[in-house]
Amino acid sequence: MKSLEELKAIREKMQNKVILREGSAEKRIVVGMATCGIAAGARPVLNTFVEEIANRNLTGKVEVGQTGCIGMCRFEPIVEVFEGDQRVTYVHVDSAKAKEIVEKHIVGGQPIVEYTIGAAEK
Amino acid sequence: MKELSLNILDIAQNSIHADASLVQIILTETEETLKLEIKDDGKGMSEEFLARVTDPFSTTRTTRKVGMGLPLLKLAAEQTGGWMQIASRERALYPETHGTEVTAFFYKNHLDFTPLGDVISTVVSLVQGSPEVDFVFRHILPDKTVELETQMLREVLGEEVPLSSPEVLVWIRESLIDQYGSGE
Repeated sequence: MKSLEELKAIREKMQNKVILREGSAEKRIVVGMATCGIAAGARPVLNTFVEEIANRNLTGKVEVGQTGCIGMCRFEPIVEVFEGDQRVTYVHVDSAKAKEIVEKHIVGGQPIVEYTIGAAEK
Repeated sequence: MKELSLNILDIAQNSIHADASLVQIILTETEETLKLEIKDDGKGMSEEFLARVTDPFSTTRTTRKVGMGLPLLKLAAEQTGGWMQIASRERALYPETHGTEVTAFFYKNHLDFTPLGDVISTVVSLVQGSPEVDFVFRHILPDKTVELETQMLREVLGEEVPLSSPEVLVWIRESLIDQYGSGE
């Protein structure tokens, strides 16, 4: 069994960081996790974002959230990236695209236009 | 759904929407059967609503939070020769003991049995999405039991560190992988 000592170490590590209030992150990634999203493959997408944020030490700077059905089920898995008043909507996202979104958009600051809903509707 | 663990994720979201503070997911397996129980202490459903909750075509806009999830689980169970049951106690009538219990029973050797799949990712996704809710996950296998209780983690982590912190989620994943892996 994984030890609770390791969990205590996480606690101490986190306490040493400046604890950011919810909503204070620079970027927010939101994954659609209703029945439609889950059936289309949203779970591995969500978990890829969580792992990438942990691996790249972006905790506190980037938040990952979940949302329900937004009525565009045929485009699921849908991922929205919020930064300030800007929103980018990615459609038909999978784990590979999620990694690319973290690398190019979240870290690099450049949205990937070809994966957005605008490109999908053309 | 391609995996039963995706149905579990979907049904457990109903519990969260019903304001549950504790959601228990219990899987009991034998060589031939799998029983799935999802129990919550949420607001429950009225008898009238309960009667039509598994019919996708009677779902109205006010009830869309339930939608297709339960019909899909029912189908997954029944196509193996199994069944699904729901019991619910409404908060208004049962102020102390309200909540909902969904139980589904599967015959694993049936051709149309949907494999359980990546149940670890389901647990991680639930904690990630609702760190304020307590989860009990227990998977009783013929030779061992795998379990996770978020209440215990909360005691160690204190109030400052949310269960949804990526580092904590990684710990949860690794803990479950360890438990499934040991003794094999």
